[in-house]
Amino acid sequence: MTIRFLLNGEPVEVDAPPTATLLDWLREQRRLTGTKEGCNEGDCGACTVMVTDPDGTARALNACILFLPQLDGRALRTVEGIAGPDGTLHPVQQAMVEHHGSQCGFCTPGFVVSMAVAHLNGRRDHDDQLAGNLCRCTGYAPIIRAAEAATTAPVPDWMRSDAKGLPSASFSVSQISSGGRHWSAIGPSDNGDGGRQPPTCPTSSDELAAWYLDNPEATLIAGATDVGLWVTKGLRDLGPVAFLNKCADLRGIVADDETIHIGAMTSIADLGTFFADRHPSFAELIRRYGSAQVRNAATIGGNIANGSPIGDSPPALIALGAKLHLRRGDERRDIALEDFFLAYGRQDRQKGEFVAAVSLPVQPDHLRCYKLSKRFDQDISAVCGAFNLTIDDGMVTSARIAFGGMAGTAKRALAVETALIGQPWTEVTVIAAQSTFATDFTPLSDMRASASYRLRCAQAMLMRYFHESRGELVNVLEVRS
Amino acid sequence: MSAHDSLPHDAARLHVTGRARYVDDIPTPADCLHLAFGLSPIARGTITAMDLSAVRSAPGVVAVLTGQDFDTIPDCAPAAHDEPLLSDGTVHYAGQPLFLVIAHSHLAARKAAKLARLDLAEETPILGVEEALAANARFEDGPRIYAKGDVDAALATATHVITGQISLGGQEHFYLEGQAALALPQDNGDMVIHASTQHPTEIQHKVADALGLPMHAVRVEVRRMGGGFGGKESQGNALAIACAVAAARTGRPAKMRYDRDDDFLITGKRHDIVIAYKVGIDQTGRVLGLDFIHALRCGWSMDLSLPVADRAMLHADNAYDLPAARITSHRLRTNHQSATAFRGFGGPQGMVGIERVMDHIAHHLGRDPLEIRRLNYYPEARVARTEASGGSIYEAKMAEATPRSGVTPYGMEVRDFILHGLTERLAQSCDYAGRREAIAAWNAQSPMMRRGIALSPVKFGISFTLTHLNQAGALVHVYQDGSIQINHGGTEMGQGLFQKVAQVAASRFGVGMDKIKITATDTGKVPNTSATAASSGTDLNGMAVQAACDAIRDRMAEVAAPHLQAAPSEIVFADGMLRAGGGEMPFATAVAKAYAARVSLSATGFYKTPDIAWDRIAGQGQPFFYFAYGAACTEVVIDTATGENRILRTDILHDAGASLNPALDIGQVEGGFVQGAGWLTTEELVWDDQGRLRTHAPATYKIPACSDRPPVFNVALWDEPNRAETVYRSKAVGEPPFMLGISVLMALSDACAACGPHYPDLQAPATAEAVLAAIDRARGA
Repeated sequence: MTIRFLLNGEPVEVDAPPTATLLDWLREQRRLTGTKEGCNEGDCGACTVMVTDPDGTARALNACILFLPQLDGRALRTVEGIAGPDGTLHPVQQAMVEHHGSQCGFCTPGFVVSMAVAHLNGRRDHDDQLAGNLCRCTGYAPIIRAAEAATTAPVPDWMRSDAKGLPSASFSVSQISSGGRHWSAIGPSDNGDGGRQPPTCPTSSDELAAWYLDNPEATLIAGATDVGLWVTKGLRDLGPVAFLNKCADLRGIVADDETIHIGAMTSIADLGTFFADRHPSFAELIRRYGSAQVRNAATIGGNIANGSPIGDSPPALIALGAKLHLRRGDERRDIALEDFFLAYGRQDRQKGEFVAAVSLPVQPDHLRCYKLSKRFDQDISAVCGAFNLTIDDGMVTSARIAFGGMAGTAKRALAVETALIGQPWTEVTVIAAQSTFATDFTPLSDMRASASYRLRCAQAMLMRYFHESRGELVNVLEVRS
Repeated sequence: MSAHDSLPHDAARLHVTGRARYVDDIPTPADCLHLAFGLSPIARGTITAMDLSAVRSAPGVVAVLTGQDFDTIPDCAPAAHDEPLLSDGTVHYAGQPLFLVIAHSHLAARKAAKLARLDLAEETPILGVEEALAANARFEDGPRIYAKGDVDAALATATHVITGQISLGGQEHFYLEGQAALALPQDNGDMVIHASTQHPTEIQHKVADALGLPMHAVRVEVRRMGGGFGGKESQGNALAIACAVAAARTGRPAKMRYDRDDDFLITGKRHDIVIAYKVGIDQTGRVLGLDFIHALRCGWSMDLSLPVADRAMLHADNAYDLPAARITSHRLRTNHQSATAFRGFGGPQGMVGIERVMDHIAHHLGRDPLEIRRLNYYPEARVARTEASGGSIYEAKMAEATPRSGVTPYGMEVRDFILHGLTERLAQSCDYAGRREAIAAWNAQSPMMRRGIALSPVKFGISFTLTHLNQAGALVHVYQDGSIQINHGGTEMGQGLFQKVAQVAASRFGVGMDKIKITATDTGKVPNTSATAASSGTDLNGMAVQAACDAIRDRMAEVAAPHLQAAPSEIVFADGMLRAGGGEMPFATAVAKAYAARVSLSATGFYKTPDIAWDRIAGQGQPFFYFAYGAACTEVVIDTATGENRILRTDILHDAGASLNPALDIGQVEGGFVQGAGWLTTEELVWDDQGRLRTHAPATYKIPACSDRPPVFNVALWDEPNRAETVYRSKAVGEPPFMLGISVLMALSDACAACGPHYPDLQAPATAEAVLAAIDRARGA
């Protein structure tokens, strides 16, 4: 497949295997070695690059789990393109030097790109913007000092040129530099880069539906934050693949007075933005979901379809009463989201069927999401609880509660709900309901937490919901010295 | 004057633009081969059969080597000769390299390495401390014991005797740049190695051994590492040897870098440890006698475990004068990755032990832990040195109730103790007492949350305990144009060593930093170097470079003296000039005159640390040239329902002597603290009951992220020159600040103790789950 994009302002054309990662291409083919491999799984941010869409939106993404076809028609800026064409340092680079923000320097390019993107987008929530960039030397303090020092500096012209350059970039062949050595020149499929057959890149859900019906064994790739690891860590050959990033009608959130309809290709980042006002606790959960780079790539459809037992979004969406919209060819069906998850690794999805959207009713905000993880930011939950209770005149009139990390799937706490509904909203009721958790859940012990700790914290989360409803301080993140 | 200036890291501009080159960034010839190990899935057993046919026929594979392809399997061990590059038929840990794939690309090698069909006869692995003790699986014949005074008598007569135990987890280095090496074959069988290593000479030595060459035929070059932290002291040997072997056999360049998961699975980590203690105190809280038992899991091979365990014993006293003490250290052989050097090198483990004891004593007596700590401090050094300008004078206020010996359990007199004054200044500046009261009041009205605060000190011994390692060499060239190239045996891993040493050179010659070129560490320039470790990099290499600079300077002064009509000894090198009396001469002119006069403008320099002597078997002597000090006060909050916890504020006062570069040193302090805090909180290594590491990637092993640093983080340097004669009276700063992170564990213990009447007995790492268990114990639940 021939892929065209802007690389540090220059049009390039690449003929690459479908699951070749951007990071390998940059380092091995283009010899742009400023972008580093730290973990090869999207958790350290040393490979962070800036990708700009035709609509001008600039994002930080992890190059290690970004497949080249996902870049087609977009603009890429690596650390080598963050300084000006004449070598003038970007304000964040200058500030990193002045504030001693680099020590060994290996994570630095990734930090610089994340910081430059945040600077371009006017973001000042540095801890969140940089949660996906790990540094083992500095303790982060000088990096944050640098980020703060750079905030007031104007955005350099060259940082805006990608957005301007893209729509007009006709990618006429004469302008295009070849993507370094032709990929096939490395050797006869030495890397065994997945199926050599070209990927499909449908541009609409209709096109996808028809193709997937004919290719039901294919792998659908949305943001690649999970599938990327199948390739970089699982070393799997994926066979036929389809990239969904051009299915414009699968992306976006539409809300009317009754329903919020979320297209499967909506990014987790966009989901967080949307829910900031309607369900701020959900937005706060999403703030701690992955990292900026991961949220920018990951989609709600992928998050649901991969059937993670943890997931983070599914428990919240189940608590909000979400419906899942599935499509297979021209057949469509809607199911309650919780019914999609059958067992660990198994979902109610037919061959050739895909997640098209998720929708949920507009409702007053009673949702609280509690995420428990070993590290607060960018960590997979040990337990993620979502509570959505309605209290009328001191009585619990409705309850939807769901958990991640407590079973083989994201799962609703039906026994707990039953123990609450119709009862007075009191500590006594909560304590009584806590004893029913063991009916709903038999969690496992693993490297994140023991089974007993999981169960106990799930119970504690219900009590936390109660305390929070009384206006008490329940979040250690809100305590200041 | 460049010494003492806060200059940026020498490569800062290269770092931020992505142009700083690491091993994997070095352009390689087109025919370069790439390597990957095939790893053992089991922790202990023997290889019955290995069917590697699918590996050999995988796309891109050039060759596959096993132990049987060598007459003698190359050894990778730094000391004991007990680490074959590839299994000799026995398997000692899950992750041990069994075979080596040589392929056209990194990815092809990794993919092929997964295709082996292994027939392994499993044996029951030795995993836990108890199992290892029961099986007497250990290094050395029995436990090592260092003792001072009559501990048993002291415990028998003590007013209170307190016993307890704490286990501390290990720690993965998580250097952002994984292990990497590149071998370039030369003519006549010689080999050039580029490696991400803290110890180029050892790489040279081990590669020469593997190839059957004299050391002169192998040259190792290291420009920089993307982090080391001790993890690249010995753990890079295997990659360099594998590359050299592949390069020698194929005649082609060979490169190897571990994928992150392989790096976790193959390489060693910080030693975990169980520390049991029995302490006898008088009614005031003064320690009379203390009995420690250390049990360290060292993993499958010896590596550096003996000196690590020794250093844990040497820091079992930390800042406290113990009239009688006994430390018994078990170095256990288990079927895990071989535990290795990690910033602090056992010191942190030993130090947590005694800080835990102080915390426990205070709880037992219902006293403020800081009072108990200060009560037990070593005596303050009497008079501060004041010769260097700018140093403040601190007159110790000695209100000594009981005279103390001022002698460590290993017989070394502590002459430079400054923690009384340093602690007092920090306690004042962070308002320890006031905040302690405010926290108690806050806790009394908080239903779900508890806060805690702790101030803990650090006293860290500086020098390699293997005395002969305390030497360094340097090579300095002054070129005809007045530009200067410096080289030394130290390696740059981010700590700023190169810049600090360059500042020394610029100061000696009185020239600007733009005149100094820093060059890659190279065994062909400076031979027989020690690892850049033990915080010694600047102390040793700075002095060696200073000696080389001074040798050239003296020769230049001889040449310039007649022109300046002054004696050579009167000439001052400053501001790019040679000055004496009223006259001056530009540095470059003096260089040109020296060259014309046929005077050598190149010199080697050498340094060896004075005044040290150590008998590690007897546990007696003066292992350290001096001590580096510091103290940290940390405040935390915990959620009593889940154990979730946060650092709220940290204040640090750290002793870097007369800092050569305060900005870089503060960087070490901030970074060391956060790394230490990570070790004791979120960084949890989990092996399953088969001995397989389950946390082998950043997805499951959680080092601190950005928001985990203290939101209020005040760091200052103690402004007093080193009393020992070090380079510009600076102090080593690489490792000591790591142990400031212990204040976090102690603050968490304080918060847990606010939940109930009992001692919380908090274990480490203090994950949320561990904190909740401690809360339960505090409550007696």
